[in-house]
Amino acid sequence: MNPPSSRRLFWSFALLAVVSLGIYVTFAAVHYTWNWASIWGYRSQFIWGWFTTLGISLGAMVVSIIVGFALMIGRRSSCMPLHLLSTGIVEVLRGSPLLVQLLLGYYIVATALHVGDPMIVGTVLLGCFEGAYLAEIFRGAVESISASQREAARAVGFDSAQTYRFVIIPQAVRRALPGTTGQMVSLIKDSSLLSVIGIEELVQKVRIMNSSSYTALEGYLPLAVAYLVVTIPLSWYARKLERRFAYET
Amino acid sequence: MKLETREVTKRYGDFLALDGASFQTNNDSRVVALLGPSGGGKSTLLRVLGGLLLPESGEVVVNDQPLPNEPGEALKNLRRNGFVFQGYNLFPHLSALQNIVLPLAAVHDFSDSVAHERAMELLKRLGLEEHFHKRPAELSGGQQQRAAIARALAPRPDLLLLDEPTSALDPVMTGEVLDVIRELAEGGQQIVLATHEISFARKVADWIVFLVKGRVEESCAAEQFFEQPTSALAREYLAGLSRYR
Repeated sequence: MNPPSSRRLFWSFALLAVVSLGIYVTFAAVHYTWNWASIWGYRSQFIWGWFTTLGISLGAMVVSIIVGFALMIGRRSSCMPLHLLSTGIVEVLRGSPLLVQLLLGYYIVATALHVGDPMIVGTVLLGCFEGAYLAEIFRGAVESISASQREAARAVGFDSAQTYRFVIIPQAVRRALPGTTGQMVSLIKDSSLLSVIGIEELVQKVRIMNSSSYTALEGYLPLAVAYLVVTIPLSWYARKLERRFAYET
Repeated sequence: MKLETREVTKRYGDFLALDGASFQTNNDSRVVALLGPSGGGKSTLLRVLGGLLLPESGEVVVNDQPLPNEPGEALKNLRRNGFVFQGYNLFPHLSALQNIVLPLAAVHDFSDSVAHERAMELLKRLGLEEHFHKRPAELSGGQQQRAAIARALAPRPDLLLLDEPTSALDPVMTGEVLDVIRELAEGGQQIVLATHEISFARKVADWIVFLVKGRVEESCAAEQFFEQPTSALAREYLAGLSRYR
């Protein structure tokens, strides 16, 4: 093992030990009696909730990337109505609480459209909300590609579609990666709000579990771990991708 | 080749880059050099001649054919030319080889194997054979500029347009690139070159267009321009440039 990575490992363990001690001291100070045995019986519920959260998050990620890309194209469009519409959608989605969007979207819009399945509606609404943020991340990345690259693309004879496909998007993807990963992590955590339209995802399952087993906090520690199990590898994978795309300088 | 512009204007916002520029070369100019002080309109005129920029008004005529203004036709016309810029402008996410192959395959309908063969042939000719797999950031400035020239030459362009191709290079690399351009000119390639390298222009160019503040001050055979320039501005420019070389 080379020196920098062994030093890194040392510091990781040292910090982990200090933080663990801090947590232990804090918890010890409040004299809370942990009752792990009573929630163990609800483990299958917990796992079911975890898979529901994963499924919704994956679905919403796909929706958010499509929505984000479409809104980015719309915002960059020279067609005035399309530009205004996309800008308006982005501002409304980003500027209002997800809770309100879920309630209005499910009880009013989806009902009017006769779509009853809360999983589908929830996934689409969450995807649209996160997509509005992605649209701005994508737009920033696309606009950061220099004018000289666009000119070079034109000079080799690319039309606008080819310029996007071969020059702008491949370069913009790398610049959009850090922001996009952050947004995906937020998306996974935001999926907990879907309980307001009756979806029993992980957080809702834990609430049910806590109340059925007459415990107050036991479910929340595994809950945090269950989220971290997904979000930490996601961040790690994104950093790996970023390194793979690192070609400038 | 014969190049001609008639009262061409081009603005960037409030800045008038070309202000009614008109000139005409003779019928058999092979290397046309655009000279003049910075901000005089050389780069803009080069882009207009190559069809990369459409002028707001006026007419551009290449070999007695007026350049089209309709976007589809303009793109078709543009695809017959090759461009090299001051800042190399290779695509940074692609290797030197891919930079050449991609336009050949996507724009000029070369099959992958033919595009590959053509790209390697040019890389070899420009001394970049061993570097074909490298991305632009791994190449020196001179190598990047030679790769950019290879990319521009690959589809066998009618016109090769070079916009100050050595301005960002140190003297050694400048020499490398100028050697390549001279070889191309001697090999019969039709070239339009915007440059500050006055002694190089003197060696390779057969026609000079001298621009100041977006207007053509002088357009004449190279020999005449360097021996007996008619405009006072051209005389001043030449004297200024030759003071230290």
